[in-house]
Amino acid sequence: MRFFEDLQVGQRRELGSFTFTAESIRRFAREFDPQPMHLDEEAGRRSLLGGLAASGWHIGSICVRLLVLDGQRQAQAWGPSPGFRDLRWIRPVLAGDTISYATEVQSLRPSASRAGWGLAQLRYTGVNQRGELVYSVLTTTFVPMRPTTA
Amino acid sequence: MLTFEDFRPGHLGSFGPRYVSREEIIAFAAEFDPQPMHMDDQGGGQSLLGGLSASGWQMCGIMMRMMVDGFVGRAASLGSPGVEELRWLAPLRPGDTVTLEVDVVSARLSKSRPGVGIIVLKTALQNAAAVRLCEMTSTVMIGSRNQVSAE
Repeated sequence: MRFFEDLQVGQRRELGSFTFTAESIRRFAREFDPQPMHLDEEAGRRSLLGGLAASGWHIGSICVRLLVLDGQRQAQAWGPSPGFRDLRWIRPVLAGDTISYATEVQSLRPSASRAGWGLAQLRYTGVNQRGELVYSVLTTTFVPMRPTTA
Repeated sequence: MLTFEDFRPGHLGSFGPRYVSREEIIAFAAEFDPQPMHMDDQGGGQSLLGGLSASGWQMCGIMMRMMVDGFVGRAASLGSPGVEELRWLAPLRPGDTVTLEVDVVSARLSKSRPGVGIIVLKTALQNAAAVRLCEMTSTVMIGSRNQVSAE
């Protein structure tokens, strides 16, 4: 997976995993999502989530971190993203859970507005240590085409 | 405390303002989205975004925080199943002051979970020049008055 031309619908790539410690859950929540179930073990247990649970935006931000680090290993910077659709927080991510993220190419088309760029639709997923799907999102990203040699 | 019954279709409110510093843009990028366009001026200038700009996921975090401070923090919040659609429309720059507009699209009671309200929100983040930076349609779950008073 480097340039747009190297992508194929159905291609899947593992992005790595992350363990959500209680401290990392609380630290993210204090800054961005200070609700009791993300800050306090007892409040989490009493909530629908059943324990100290990561903010959904923390789950998504960690996915982005693993994606960017994976991209840097491939030495190919991708462009910005116009957005995403169908983001689902399917199950709670509780303190101590380890989430493994993966991506799969859903669709590909050349950009109509930006010459030299393609648009890739990618489905990102997160699975916990029991193999249960916890997170899923369908994103759109600008991917550079292979430079043409003169 | 705000309950399901307080969320009627229509404009819910305007929230903020919230100042966004260069330091917090770079700190978020270093931890979650270390792409050159979010890390320094040179990387930003060379990108399609035309200058240092916040990670789109930081915009999401800032919107969430503004919602918690604005109304979620005093509502019978039960969490969120997800986001139908989110669009990043324009870059969030260092030194921008942003505000949040929130509308209730629909509100209904869950059939499977008694006492749980399902609220669809449309949220827009804009800068001081009233340029829309981000639009989101998302679902939140809020307890109904009966459910809250039963606890």
